[in-house]
Amino acid sequence: MTHDEALAMIRAVIEEAVPGADLAAVPPDEPFRERLEMDSLDFLTFVELLGGRTGLALPEQDYGALATLDGCADYVASRTGGPPAAPS
Amino acid sequence: MAYTIIAAQRHPHGAWRLPDYDRTCATFTWDEARSRMSGLPGGGLNMGFEAVDRHVEAGHGDWEALRCVAADDSVTHVSYADLAADASRFAHVLDDLGAAPQERVFTLLGRRRELYTAALGTLRSRRVLCPLFSAFGPEPVRQRLALGDARVLVTTEALYRRKVEEIRHRLPGLAHVLLVGPVADPPPGTAVLDRLMARASPVFSVPPTGPEDMALLHFTSGTTGTPKAAVHVHEAVVAHHATAAFALDLGPRDVYWCTADPGWVTGTSYGIIAPLTHGATLVVDEGEFDVHRWYRILDSQKVAIWYTAPTAIRMLMRATPRDGHGLPGPYDLSSLRFVASVGEPLNPEAVVWGQQVLGLPVHDNWWQTETGAIMIANYASGDIRPGSMGRPLPGVRAAILERGQDGRAAVTGGHVRQVPHPGVEGELALRAGWPSMFRGYLNEQGRYDACFADGWYLTGDLARRDEDGWFWFVGRADDVIKSAGHLIGPFEVESALMEHPAVAEAGVIGRPDPVVGAVVKAFVSLRPGCRPDDALRRELLAFTRRRLGPAVAPREIAFDQNLPRTRSGKVMRRLLRARELGLPEGDLSTLESRSDGT
Repeated sequence: MTHDEALAMIRAVIEEAVPGADLAAVPPDEPFRERLEMDSLDFLTFVELLGGRTGLALPEQDYGALATLDGCADYVASRTGGPPAAPS
Repeated sequence: MAYTIIAAQRHPHGAWRLPDYDRTCATFTWDEARSRMSGLPGGGLNMGFEAVDRHVEAGHGDWEALRCVAADDSVTHVSYADLAADASRFAHVLDDLGAAPQERVFTLLGRRRELYTAALGTLRSRRVLCPLFSAFGPEPVRQRLALGDARVLVTTEALYRRKVEEIRHRLPGLAHVLLVGPVADPPPGTAVLDRLMARASPVFSVPPTGPEDMALLHFTSGTTGTPKAAVHVHEAVVAHHATAAFALDLGPRDVYWCTADPGWVTGTSYGIIAPLTHGATLVVDEGEFDVHRWYRILDSQKVAIWYTAPTAIRMLMRATPRDGHGLPGPYDLSSLRFVASVGEPLNPEAVVWGQQVLGLPVHDNWWQTETGAIMIANYASGDIRPGSMGRPLPGVRAAILERGQDGRAAVTGGHVRQVPHPGVEGELALRAGWPSMFRGYLNEQGRYDACFADGWYLTGDLARRDEDGWFWFVGRADDVIKSAGHLIGPFEVESALMEHPAVAEAGVIGRPDPVVGAVVKAFVSLRPGCRPDDALRRELLAFTRRRLGPAVAPREIAFDQNLPRTRSGKVMRRLLRARELGLPEGDLSTLESRSDGT
């Protein structure tokens, strides 16, 4: 999966976990949890959906890498064999 | 009993502050507890003075009051003298704005330094503090600001834009909005607190304050009607102080971490007031819940006393199970001396998990917004009966009352009756008169009066007492939902749903959940012509989340064109609960939501 493919999938997963989430308001390099008012339960739902969609095991110690949309996309892309995003 | 009793803990290097429960219960009086307060120099009692000034006056201004841990783990240390100066500046700002004594100052803030500045400046200057939960959406915020007659609101620019700007025109009484932290572009009708504080004096004399003067307003939810604002007075500090020593073993310079959100009563009574009155050091975590972060804070800040919630404990259990490999890293929790929880019943498994993974059992305790302070607790010096709320605090008398037809305590000729035997379920009641008992619901005398009978405060919780005096939570006597330790009024959620044009009717219940106790689930019937499909379901979820915020909004919506109703047309939530749980619908007496996940 490429970074962009991963990003699109992650946006869809967030929208599923948090109906009505205003993703347009979240810059891809900024933490999204606070911005989207995701509480711990929302975040767990997101992680579970993401794990199910990608087939990846997402251990607790990796949650730090899932703070931003870009971070999530890099994480998913690199673990599904895709290249990370070029540094911008 | 499935779990064996856990024997009393030994203090690691001294004596517990409640070394002998029975002895203290026999001798304790609230008058004695009152005498432990400093009191104002000219007489009177002020919660803010007891929290801050008295340490500074005793020469302890250099003691560390706050240890604010930012999201990036950087730490800011705030001494009692700094806190007094901040709070003094804030008090002067309120004076300059013309806010009168007893007027309401609301906060809509996460845990951060300015929360303490605002809270203590408000209390010390005899204004009334009303903290709101920042995960409320615009509608709950508006309703509470209006019901509480808010004069001043302290919040951040981001929260103001998200939750207040669109409703501000409906709040004519809200004269001042003060923004804390960095402000890029102050919206019209707001002021930047830092700028006002910079001009204010760091010295402020606490004005004469009576023990019965209003100090705090805390909103809570009932089954029907609007949220209620429980009124607490300055004398509540007597109970905050005494109970924190008895039930949390708090003392001077203890490093203490209360994880409760400042928008709930625990976040004020035990997140601000009680630990400060003891001269403790408060860990203020500005970050999000994260398993590793939490263990890291316990370790790096050398937390001695930790007061958290069953939901948080259960989230830690998921990540670090009892049969796993222990802590998820080389975390040193050897400074930890006492762990307590509150919010909903702690399942026995979690008590035992604490013992095995944290090295200490978790001591559950019980209280409510209305009680203002911990009323029933498991103590460090006593055995824990896993799953039990514990025993009443010294000075607190609790009883189990027989119930009548409506499920609440039966009142006959003005009198109530206690259940005849141990082990019998009934409504939990407390003998009225402890210092932190609420003194009213703001502007709602009738609802306040309905909480009392025959000299007892009726809690609305069902419980039983075993033959040795330990209390066990059974459920709510009404339809209020307990989710992640917070009370949610089904009526508030139903009202929001009904504002959607597709919704004809709604009934809202708590569906039992192993982690958060109960999740808010709505059953909705639709207006003719509306299709009950997934798109509409998602639209309703988004619609309610936008209005109510994540703390209150339903997480699940089911369509049902035949909602069960009473003859008078009210949706029967109990029947919805019975159907959801697969219980026989006729046996309504057993349907109280069991929120302990067991």
